[in-house]
Order: sequence, then structure tokens, then C-alpha cells
Amino acid sequence: MIKNSAAEMSAALSSGATTSVALTQAHLDRISEVDGKVHAFLYVDTQGALEQAKKIDDARARGEKLGPLAGVPLALKDVLVQKDVPTTCGSKILEGWRPPYDSTVVTNLKSAGVVILGKTNMDEFAMGSSTENSAYGPTHNPWDLTRIPGGSGGGSSAALAAFEAPLAIGTDTGGSIRQPAAVTGTVGVKPTYGGVSRYGLVAFSSSLDQAGPCARTVLDTALLHEVIAGHDPKDSTSINAPVPQVVAAAKSGDVKGMKIGVVKELNGDGYQAGVRQRFEESLELLAKAGAEIVEVSAPNFEYALAAYYLIAPSECSSNLARFDAMRYGLRVGDTDGASAESVMNMTREVGFGREVKRRILLGTYALSSGYYDAYYGSAQKVRTLITQDFNKAFEKCDVMVSPTCPTTAFKIGEKADDPLAMYLNDIATIPVNMAGIGGMSLPSGVAPEDGLPVGFQIMSPVMQDQRMYSVGAALEAALLSKWGAPLLSQAPVLGGVA
Amino acid sequence: MSALTYEDVISKYEPVLGLEVHVELNTNSKMFCGCSTIFGAEPNTQTCPVCLAMPGALPVVNEKAIESTILIGLALNCSIAPFSRFARKNYFYPDMPKNFQISQYDEPICVNGYVDVEIETDEGPQSFRIEIERVHMEEDTGKSLHVGGSTGRIHGADYSLLDYNRAGIPLVEIVTKIVPGTGKYAPEVAKAYVAELRDILRALGVSDVKMEQGSLRCDANVSLRLIGSEVLGTRSETKNVNSLRSVERAIRGEMIRHAERLNKGEKVVQETRHFQEDTGLTRSGRSKEQAEDYRYFPEPDLVPVVPDAQWIEKLRAGLPERPSLRRKRLQEQWSVPDKEMAAMINADVLNIVEETVLLGADPTKARSWWLGEISRLANEKDVAITALAITAKDVAEIVSLVAQGELTDKLARQVVEGVIAGEGTPAQVISARGIKVVNDDSALMAAIESACAAQPETAQKVRDGHLPAAGALIGIVMKETKGQADAARVRELLLGHLGQSGN
Repeated sequence: MIKNSAAEMSAALSSGATTSVALTQAHLDRISEVDGKVHAFLYVDTQGALEQAKKIDDARARGEKLGPLAGVPLALKDVLVQKDVPTTCGSKILEGWRPPYDSTVVTNLKSAGVVILGKTNMDEFAMGSSTENSAYGPTHNPWDLTRIPGGSGGGSSAALAAFEAPLAIGTDTGGSIRQPAAVTGTVGVKPTYGGVSRYGLVAFSSSLDQAGPCARTVLDTALLHEVIAGHDPKDSTSINAPVPQVVAAAKSGDVKGMKIGVVKELNGDGYQAGVRQRFEESLELLAKAGAEIVEVSAPNFEYALAAYYLIAPSECSSNLARFDAMRYGLRVGDTDGASAESVMNMTREVGFGREVKRRILLGTYALSSGYYDAYYGSAQKVRTLITQDFNKAFEKCDVMVSPTCPTTAFKIGEKADDPLAMYLNDIATIPVNMAGIGGMSLPSGVAPEDGLPVGFQIMSPVMQDQRMYSVGAALEAALLSKWGAPLLSQAPVLGGVA
Repeated sequence: MSALTYEDVISKYEPVLGLEVHVELNTNSKMFCGCSTIFGAEPNTQTCPVCLAMPGALPVVNEKAIESTILIGLALNCSIAPFSRFARKNYFYPDMPKNFQISQYDEPICVNGYVDVEIETDEGPQSFRIEIERVHMEEDTGKSLHVGGSTGRIHGADYSLLDYNRAGIPLVEIVTKIVPGTGKYAPEVAKAYVAELRDILRALGVSDVKMEQGSLRCDANVSLRLIGSEVLGTRSETKNVNSLRSVERAIRGEMIRHAERLNKGEKVVQETRHFQEDTGLTRSGRSKEQAEDYRYFPEPDLVPVVPDAQWIEKLRAGLPERPSLRRKRLQEQWSVPDKEMAAMINADVLNIVEETVLLGADPTKARSWWLGEISRLANEKDVAITALAITAKDVAEIVSLVAQGELTDKLARQVVEGVIAGEGTPAQVISARGIKVVNDDSALMAAIESACAAQPETAQKVRDGHLPAAGALIGIVMKETKGQADAARVRELLLGHLGQSGN
């Protein structure tokens, strides 16, 4: 049962073949069985999940009209607040904090009847590409437990790949949904910026952060997308427009006549051979399905990474200032006679990890008087140029595509002491955040040299998210008929366990 | 206390002012969340995830606050920016929940205005133009209460209490350009400017403008330069100036302090100073020599403010008359002496008197009711005049009834009292209490005859020409008619009855 798609589970619930309580219990059992090895979860809300499941079963028994995902379990990234459920953002500084309110994403999930199993592991405050920066220990890739599950949302993707949940929520500031999806053989979507409310998403970089759906199939991802998306008056940057029809697009999967732009700059040198091979193969499958493959250029993408590492740390240095031991979370050094300033200093010294401190310092420097124009100001100009590159390219194509990451999953610890090498992992995903457009990663097979999954990235213009779902569904169908079974069934370690 | 007199200072130096006024807007909800803004609530009861800076919470701009700020800008003759943005001002302080304040930096909403203020000088009334550099929006911080220690400040305190009710209250900051050329009148010009701002803001209805509650706060920048010099001196910034009188005192005090240092060859330190209400002096706060780096950058959680041009024009068309001009106009129209005018302004009854006059009441009568009997009753109950249950319409009606002889002044006071007691309109009070002037002569004659019959000796004295004796008889009649008779008419009829008419 737990290996099914969310859509299949939904059908089983509707037909009465199973109940939400049974389905939820099956996933809780699976978590008990495998999460000691995977460590996808920071908190499992056994009681809350079963209560919600029971509520949905009762509503169904009363004949109430329920949404398509009602009763289906989900794993929530620990950066989104859920009332009364511990939220840590993978940081010591929030240890023990129980939020007094629900994020809008959680409100939407609850009203759709989705069952929230618990909170998933992540790089501290979503800063990282491996989930090694969690203060609570790393998450392991279900394909190979010695490898990283990607980051920052490694917990959510690993939970999907290990069949601990059929659905998950991630957040993506520079690739934190798409890169983990790529290296775990799952699907993840970063919607258009403003498509999903950020209210209750603990901010890393406000102008880049976006919550999005994660699942094992394109259709499941679309179903979840429609549940969480929509205008929210509590988020001033939320877009007041109808949600793109992504479920319809995922169901039809029609790419006939669509122009698919291959980004010249996001391929070639620095990309692993097997990654390139799978990418080329996917392009051929899309061409066979009736799409036209064209080449597009985005000359300013080469500056994206540098600009990102000025904008994101700058905003983070300000966003994380609120963690000061005054109102919630950790408090260190509060001894008799200690000043507020020394308590703040000691708490932040103890409560934040190395990567978070590195970015706070970087951002504080970049915003300093006398450096602002050279750093933050220039980075914003680069951002405009990247947006212009996308706009020009989208004149020639309907979606743009690239490999999601240059490589497959690396070993835990391999890049821990080399931040720059770590940052390069996001080279293909960052431009999407800089321009605020939509991006999807879906599995395109495994790299022959290491047998690890490879991600295929699809990018669509602002509020045209349905296009990436059409292309994603078409490619998924073509690949499935080639493989004969879902990719995850090839995963050697935990994926094989029913 | 100081060796230098004010005269010594101004004979040698020219003061240059710069005034920053913070105004708390009187919106119902806070700047970026829905919390109440009512003053004086229990600590930390008017808070929510947004104004407590809970992780994940986001600000949403209060539209009413933007409207109020535009109104202020228009009233101060500013240009309204077609595009302005909020910015984050980053610094750590326990009463600022986010450890940044959402403010406006290089893209404020209103720029380049002016206010003209008039003061009495040795040469008669003189007008000074105060140029406004900018008017921008921001949020207030919470309040810290430092307990223990001698200074009431954070350093040396045993512990501190934080109240976040004020955190996020909408603030507007009005910043002048430098104000040179006021010479010895600098303290009075500054006071007149703050008073004028207060009146303008009150007329706009955008703030309670209560300096004692902190809804209007003034920071005074003062520097001195040698008369004739073009170079600006080093300034000090005095905070905590909580009354109009303090504005004047603080500036005068700072001018003397600066001059004393300069005369001794010492430098003025660029710093924040705190005004001491008891001594009229300032004491040093934090030094600004190493300017704090606030790391301003555009607030990414908010979208730019792009006010619709038609909306701005609509707001401009609805601006109230400028208070100083209105006062002059009303004083002329009503022929009010200066002292009376000042009394009305102090008692804050100008609006209601005008309203009463517009309903047809005689200006002198309207003024005397509001400033006299009604003010007295308001004081007795310790409430604002406007909080009483009596309206301009009621007073106009009462004035009219008195003019028509339907009420005597004494009866009118009873009616006022009844209306304030919540007994209804003047007409309802009159009918319910059975108040009416007895002007039926035959009824009065009957009372007079019975009074004379009751006191024949007194009546005889009157007949004999001893007129003061009439008072006792009139008293009996008035008592008989329960004070509802017109005493003058009673006297007239009585004297006629006793053969003394014509006296």
C-alpha cells in the first residue's frame, strides 16, 4: 500500500478499499521500521496524524464531499510552522519551540484533509545542499545510506524515496526542493514566486524562498500543488491571480507542438557523464512525444551563483536577527547579572551552526555602509539581467530545460569542508529563484557509472506552472514505458522493502 | 547655574536647528498586523505572531496608515512620491522584536514641503518658513522598563521588563531641512513649529497628538556657528522632549551648553542627549561619533507603495482648512478678544463652537455655553467635552429658546444639565421635567395677589414707595411658580399691582 502513488491511495480511500487511519498507520509503521537508518524525520506526530486521519474517515463515512488528497499522509519540512507542533528549522536555536499559529500552507493542507505525519529534517534554516548542516544530524539517501539526500530539504525527499510518505512539502530558495528530488529519484516543484504563501515559512531569504510540492509522480505533485497554492492576504508578495491548472496539465501530458529550450550554459563542462547521458535521452523522448527541441542561451547565468551568495546571505542576516533569546527558543547565559546583550551573543554563538554563521557574516558585510552598492546593489542588477535572459529565451520556447544538478548524490562528509564545492551543486537551480519563475525536477534515470538517480529540470515562465507539468508528465510517461516500472523500484537498499 | 546668559550666546553665535517629529497615527490597528492600538492596555495583550516577530510571520501594510501619511504630506505642502518603498533598519535591541525596524530610507513617501509659522517678535508678528525634507512611515518599537539601578536605563538595571503592545504602532516621521536664520527666536520658532504641526495633525484627525502620552515626540537637533559663518557646527540631538514648553527649554539649554564649550575652545560632541524635565538640562546618551551602521536595504516582504494619482487628488481636495488660518478667520468673524480665543483653543472647543454657530446660534452665546457651564460640568465629571452627551445641535436649540424668551438662563442651565444626564434632547428634557417659563400674566397675577395677601405689611411698604421690599414678594411668587416665571416680568406686574408702575 505505501508504495502506491498518492492518487492511487486517494482512489483506494474513495472506494472504501482502505481507510485513512489504516493508511496513516502503515506509514507510521514504515517510519518506525526505516527512519532509524534514513533519519528523514525530526518529529513524528503520531497522535495528531491518527486523529486527523480518523476525522477524515468519519467525514467520509458521513458522506461529506472531500478533496482528492483527503486522508492521504504527508511529510512537512520543518521550516513551516504548524500550531503546537515543534518547529526547529534544523537549528538548536529553536529547540523546543512550539509555534502558536499555523502557516498558510498548513492551513491549506488541513482544510484539504491531508494528514501531516510530522516534520522533516533539513539543513539548518534551509542553508545547504546536503542536509548535513542540520543540528540534529544528517539524513541518509535511501538509494545509498552513505550518501547525501540533497538539501536543504533532504528529509522530505528521503521520506518519499523510503516510502515513509507519499507526499511532502519542501521549500526552495536556490534549489532546496529540486536538488533533493534529483538525487533521490523523486519529483519536486518550486512554483512561481508568490504562487504559494510564505506566511509561516520561516524566512531564509524572503525574496527567493518558495514552498512547493514533492511526491513520487508528476500527477501527485500537481494534486498537492493545487492544495497549497493560491493568493494569501497575509503575504504581501503572494500573487492575486487564479492558480495555474497544473492537475489538468499533469493528466493530459501533451507536449505536441511545444517548444522546449535547452539552456546552452547549463550543460557540458562540470556535468557528470551519466547526468548528461540521461539528459540527452530525455530530450530524445520528448522529441518523440511531439515536442520541438531548440537551443536557447542565457549568458548571464554564469553570474547567478555569485549574485545569489550576496542576496541570500544579506536577507538572511536580517531575517535571522530575531533569534535573540528574548521571546522564544534557546536562551543561553541567562545568569544573575548577565546583560541582554551578552545573553543574545551567547545564545546566537551556541544556537547557530557554522554555515548559518558564515552566511550571517557574509550578509552583514555585504549590506554594510560603503559596501552595499558594490555587493548587494550589483547583485540586484545581476538578478535583473538573469530575468531578462529568461524573458528573451521564453520568446523562443515554452519551457526551458537542463539537468537539475551537475552530479548525482555525493558521499556524506565529502564536501563538508568545502563550501564552494557545495554551493556549485545549485548552479543550475539558482537562476530560477533569481527570476522568480517555476521549476520542476523529475527523475530521468540512473547514471550508469554509479547507479544513482539523475534529475531533469523543467523551467516555466511566471504563473505558467502548468507548462512544466505537461512536459514533466509526458517525459515521465515515456520513461516509465521504457523502464517498465517506477525508478524507485530499482533503488537497491530501502526502496526495495515493501 | 551657567556663567553664560542667553544674550551672550546670541550676540556671538547663530543657532541652526533640525527637527524630527515622530507621530503615532491613530489607526485602529497596527502598521503591519491587525492588533489593536489602544493606549494603556495590560502589557503584551495587544500582540500577535507578526508584531512579536514569531518565526515565519509576515507584515502586511495598513492602508489607512498610508492614507494618513499622504494626508500629512499634502497638508505640509510635500510632493507625494509615485513610487516609494519600505526598508529594513537593522540593529539589535530587546524591545524591537525583529531586531530590525521596518522604515523608509532613500525612497520616502512624501518629500520637499514646508510649513509657515508665526511668532511674536520685538518687531511684531513675524513669519518663518520651515522647510520639510521628508515625511516617512515606520513602526514603533516596544517599551522597555528597566528596573533597579539609579538611572532607569538599561546599563546598571537589575532586570528589564518588555511590553510589546507598542511594537508595530504606525509612526510617521517628519524631518525638517536645516533651519537657519531664526537667531535669538530659535527656541520659540521651534516651539511654534511643533505647535503648528500638532494643530495640523489634529485637524487632519490622523493622530491623538498627545505629547505627554508620547503620540507626538520631538527630537531637536541644535548646532551653533559664529554669526556670519557659512560652516555648520557640530550638532547634538536631544530626545525625550515631551511638551511644547520643553521644546523651547531644551533648545535654549543646548544653545547655552554648546556656547560654553565653544567659548572654552572645546568641541561639541556629536551625540544623542536626553532632556531632563526637572532641570531643563540635557544629559549625554550614546555617542554618535562612530555612526551606527543600520545596513538599510529594501524590505523584501513588502511590495512598493504606488499610490493612485486620482486617490491623492481626492485626498488633497478633502484637506481641512489650515488651523492657523481658520483660527484667524473665526476670531474675526466672531469678533472674539485674543484672551477668549486662547481660552477656547486651550479648552479645545473651537470645533464644537463653530458647529453650534453654523446651526444658527449667536457666536458669543455659543462660546459662553461651551466655555462656561458645559466646560464646568465636563471638569466635574473629569471627561472631555466631546464625551458629554450634549451636542452642538442641543446647544443651538437652547440658545434659540432663550433668545425667544421660552427659557430663562437659569432654566436653560437645568436643560443643559438634563441633556448631559442623558435625559434626551432639550425638548424632551423640557417636557419631562415640566420646565417652562410662566408668561401667562393672569396666572402670575393670581400668585402676586396671594403673595400680597400673605404678607400685607410688606405689600404696604411697597405701596408707600419702599421698593427694595418688593424683593421678598417676588421671591414668594418665584417659589410659587417653581422658578418658571420670568422674574423681570413678575417685578413689573407686582409694582403695577401696588401702584408703583413707572419706577
